[in-house]
Amino acid sequence: MAATEIARQAGEGARAVPLAGHVGFDSMPDQLVNKSVNHGFCFNILCVGETGLGKSTLMDTLFNTKFEGEPTQHNQPGVQLKSNTYELQESNVRLKLTVVNTVGFGDQINKEDSYKSIVEFIDTQFEAYLQEELKIKRTLHSYHDTRIHACLYFIAPTGHSLKSLDLVTMKKLDSKVNIIPIIAKSDAISKSELTKFKIKITSELVSNGVQIYQFPTDDETVAEINSTMNGHLPFAVVGSTEEVKIGNKMVKARQYPWGTVQVENESHCDFVKLREMLIRVNMEDLREQTHTRHYELYRRCKLEEMGFKDTDPDCKPFSLQETYEAKRNEFMGDLQKKEEEMRQMFVQRVKEKEAELKEAEKELHEKFDRLKKLHQDEKKKLEDKKKSLDDELNGFKQKKTAAELLQSQAQQAGGSTTLKRDKERKNNPWLCTE
Amino acid sequence: MIERPESAVASIAQRNLEGYVGFANLPNQVYRKSVKRGFEFTLMVVGESGLGKSTLINSLFLTDLYSKDYPGPSLRIKKTVQVEQSKVLVKEGGVQLTLTIVDTPGFGDAVDNSNCWQPVINYIDSKCEDFLNAESRVNRRLMPDNRVHCCLYFIAPSGHGLKPLDVEFMKRLHDKVNVIPLIAKADTLTPEECQLFKKQIMKEIQEHKIQIYEFPDTEDDEDSKLIRKIKEQMPLAVVGSNVVIEVNGKKVRGRQYPWGVAEVENGEHCDFTVLRNMLIRTHMQDLKDVTNNVHYENYRSRKLAAVTCNGGVDTSKTKNQMTRSPLAQMEEERREHVMKMKKMETEMEQVFEMKVKEKKQKLKDSEAELERRHEQMKKNLEAQYKELEEKKRHHEEEKSNWEAQQRILEQQKLEASKTMEKNKKKGKIF
Repeated sequence: MAATEIARQAGEGARAVPLAGHVGFDSMPDQLVNKSVNHGFCFNILCVGETGLGKSTLMDTLFNTKFEGEPTQHNQPGVQLKSNTYELQESNVRLKLTVVNTVGFGDQINKEDSYKSIVEFIDTQFEAYLQEELKIKRTLHSYHDTRIHACLYFIAPTGHSLKSLDLVTMKKLDSKVNIIPIIAKSDAISKSELTKFKIKITSELVSNGVQIYQFPTDDETVAEINSTMNGHLPFAVVGSTEEVKIGNKMVKARQYPWGTVQVENESHCDFVKLREMLIRVNMEDLREQTHTRHYELYRRCKLEEMGFKDTDPDCKPFSLQETYEAKRNEFMGDLQKKEEEMRQMFVQRVKEKEAELKEAEKELHEKFDRLKKLHQDEKKKLEDKKKSLDDELNGFKQKKTAAELLQSQAQQAGGSTTLKRDKERKNNPWLCTE
Repeated sequence: MIERPESAVASIAQRNLEGYVGFANLPNQVYRKSVKRGFEFTLMVVGESGLGKSTLINSLFLTDLYSKDYPGPSLRIKKTVQVEQSKVLVKEGGVQLTLTIVDTPGFGDAVDNSNCWQPVINYIDSKCEDFLNAESRVNRRLMPDNRVHCCLYFIAPSGHGLKPLDVEFMKRLHDKVNVIPLIAKADTLTPEECQLFKKQIMKEIQEHKIQIYEFPDTEDDEDSKLIRKIKEQMPLAVVGSNVVIEVNGKKVRGRQYPWGVAEVENGEHCDFTVLRNMLIRTHMQDLKDVTNNVHYENYRSRKLAAVTCNGGVDTSKTKNQMTRSPLAQMEEERREHVMKMKKMETEMEQVFEMKVKEKKQKLKDSEAELERRHEQMKKNLEAQYKELEEKKRHHEEEKSNWEAQQRILEQQKLEASKTMEKNKKKGKIF
């Protein structure tokens, strides 16, 4: 449905001609409607708000049914998004409704990154659609659109002003999704406080440049009601799935000791206004705005990021083929360059390492040369010592031999002397011997 | 690229509404918006000159599209096949329609009609190309839809069968545009002749596997019956007229003959009403949808495949590539390349490390070897030293022993000589 919806009539060159009778193309809107009814509709709502503000209850009340989910605790470590899809049918209209809840929003001590997971979620849906749209073989007609069409932002009923978390989050979301701010659990605020609260909120939003969704006033059929409702924003709502008997009817209400707050009573809260605006009057416009404004912005940014342009430096428009081819060439060139770079780097490293190792080798050789030299020196010393010892030994030997020779000579002489003496003694027995 | 989260495509649960919600009003919202936007439709008429194409258009839209001021192409003599478009704005019941009529004067009029369909194909393709480029721009805003939504092909009422040109044309265009064949100037055929002619044409169409526009099936029984009836009457035999004649007090469009009036809007005279109802009142939107979802998508995927796969011959790879956008394709290639580079890098790294290890090991080994040798030599030296020391010590010992001995000997000698002296003194020696 999407692509043909963007196509608009070009009035140029078309001349108006009168018809001479009933041709029958006034059935075109009906043909279109029949097709869309047969195809079924799809709507995705994101509920952003702190835990305990009655988001799930409000959804149940709005759609008169019980959706999934149990109340969450306050101890979530981060913000998570839980999405559930339901098939609803009212008379002959089938609606595929996806309700996305932020779990743990506003519960952390440091809430700086709270908005991040929400923005990421929204971007993911846009990305999925963009991918489908860019495929070569695509099936946009049967694609299940998951883009968020409306974001209900739940404001805590403090009665004073917006929290800084609210301002920061809404500022981050206003260019990505249609924001409809609502005051939750508004049965805690009195009427006079409520008026002041609404004014304060609106002025804070304006002064911070937050763009919330405005109900469209360009179509005469709904311009009036839409502009009136625009003045009632943000809607102060009360949600309840419990029924109380009022008069002879069972109505959805919240029962207090001091009275009963009727959800569908317009003087009690703005629930009916919200339902009218969100579902009965502007659902289709919300979808259209998401597609033609928010999605287009995302797509434009994404494509520009990837380097796509609409005109070349000479301001001539690119044809798709040229763009893709140029991109592809650039891409291939890029890859090749990377390859080359890596090779070069390796060659460099090898060179460096080689030099390093050579250096180490040289050092090693030097070391061993030194050691060798030392060794040589030691050896020489040893040789010297050996030599000196040998000399000494030789000397000693000589001395010894000389002495022995002397001794033997002396002995011989002495021997002869002794012999002589012995002889003499023999001869002279009276020689004193010791 | 961000992956689609699983939660988005989770199971879909049914829920019953317990009260009024209000989205049953959605169709009205759609109605409102579409009326505000207005509608567009491009109709192409193809056929030889003189088959009453312009007249039929005037009759269909109850207007003088081609009048004195804007003469129809048939009144202008053409030498080659032209493709001309006229744009008109018509309003009815609050609904605005921008109607573009595309005419093809000169079609089939030459002696040699080979390739006379080419200008037509070129025109259709160029409109698709315009739309493709507009759709692919970064800044998209107003995208006028000038694609040809329907092509009425006029068959001459020969009564025999399709001419070769008819077959050729329809075969070439059936996958580019919704082709609705019509029998022109049907008032020259009697009902029986017409029936035979129709049967023959349908047989030939089936034989040549020509895919003419098919009416979509509906769930509604009534509509199904109607559609089946229409299908049996294909191809529709039509008569057109610019002239309003009075018949039985009523003003009708028709053709006056000496033998009677062939009424354009009389269902028993021709199928004009069927055509008009089908083309304008019931299936105009469907024709646009089929053009957008089928013919245009075919064109687009062919065009993009040519650009990105660069005429890839490997069919298994191209099949995979077709399910992605060209950008995703490039992204995939980039990822593959990164992996390849990583692998290359790790391989090179491994080889590098191995070589370095080898070299280092070698260095270590030689270092160890040298160390060992050095150690050995040192040990050797030390051993020698020790030996030397031992020898020295031994020698020293020996020396000291010998010296001691010598000293004793000396002492003895001394004693001996002393004793001798004493004895000498004692005068014993003579």
